[in-house]
Amino acid sequence: MRYLRLLFIVTLLSVPAVAAAQQTPSPDEFVPISEIPAEEQIPAINLVAAAYAFVWVALFGYVWSLGSRLGKAEADLTRLERKDH
Amino acid sequence: MTTAVKAQLGIAALMFAASPWVINAAPHEATMGLVYKIYFYHMPSAWMFMLGAIVAGVASARFLFAKRQASDATAVAAAELAVVFGLLALVTGPLWARKAWGVWWVWDARLTSSLMLFLIFVAYLLLRQFGGPGSEKLSAGLALFGMANVPFIYVSVNYWRTLHPKTSVVPTLPVEMGIPLWFCVTAFLLLFLALLSLRATLERHRARIDALYLSHDEA
Repeated sequence: MRYLRLLFIVTLLSVPAVAAAQQTPSPDEFVPISEIPAEEQIPAINLVAAAYAFVWVALFGYVWSLGSRLGKAEADLTRLERKDH
Repeated sequence: MTTAVKAQLGIAALMFAASPWVINAAPHEATMGLVYKIYFYHMPSAWMFMLGAIVAGVASARFLFAKRQASDATAVAAAELAVVFGLLALVTGPLWARKAWGVWWVWDARLTSSLMLFLIFVAYLLLRQFGGPGSEKLSAGLALFGMANVPFIYVSVNYWRTLHPKTSVVPTLPVEMGIPLWFCVTAFLLLFLALLSLRATLERHRARIDALYLSHDEA
């Protein structure tokens, strides 16, 4: 019974290690190829397009927001400084 | 807006406009295929995210220990940019991971610590917005903790088991993949520097406006 309990604990503890060992190893380098497999093209292009669209929209939105805030602050500053003099 | 900032913004805009063609010219990657091309925007976003955290941390240290008020404006600007670029990295990463790893997210050291850094700077901005008087010193302390997280994020892929590509990927990139990467890094860096300058100017304007309102109230 004692050995069974020990075996159970060892098995339980080894589960994360086995699971981790089955993971795909992280790549050390990228290897270029000239063509991609046809079945990968459609799903991947959606993800790539979504990523690039998000970056463009987010950056454009931030630049617009910053420009608008800066314009408002400059107008307030000019008004207050004119009032000050 | 100074001439240097205008030039940085103009060059960055041109480079961003040209980037789809530059990236399209890069070859596909052997195991990930087309989806790895997210890398050309994901990695510069992540680098600007960490750069923002470092600039915010250094400026906060100067504000706290050298009592330089001007550094506070730089810290706020860099913290906001860390949140913007952090969001880009945290959104583009899962889009890449879904195809490359089969999952949107894994709770490994790199991804989890990046999310923590992002949340630290979101907390920084919330503290500045709603913290009231004295919040600039508290938020500066928070930025120092954020900066301390950056080296951990960078080396995490080399020390802990992860699906995320290691830091060795960049120096070993073939030239045809390296050119678009460094082109995008330059575009992101120019945009970062221009936005940092503009956002710091906004913060200085706000401080001046507050000072003018106070002087009017006292008069």
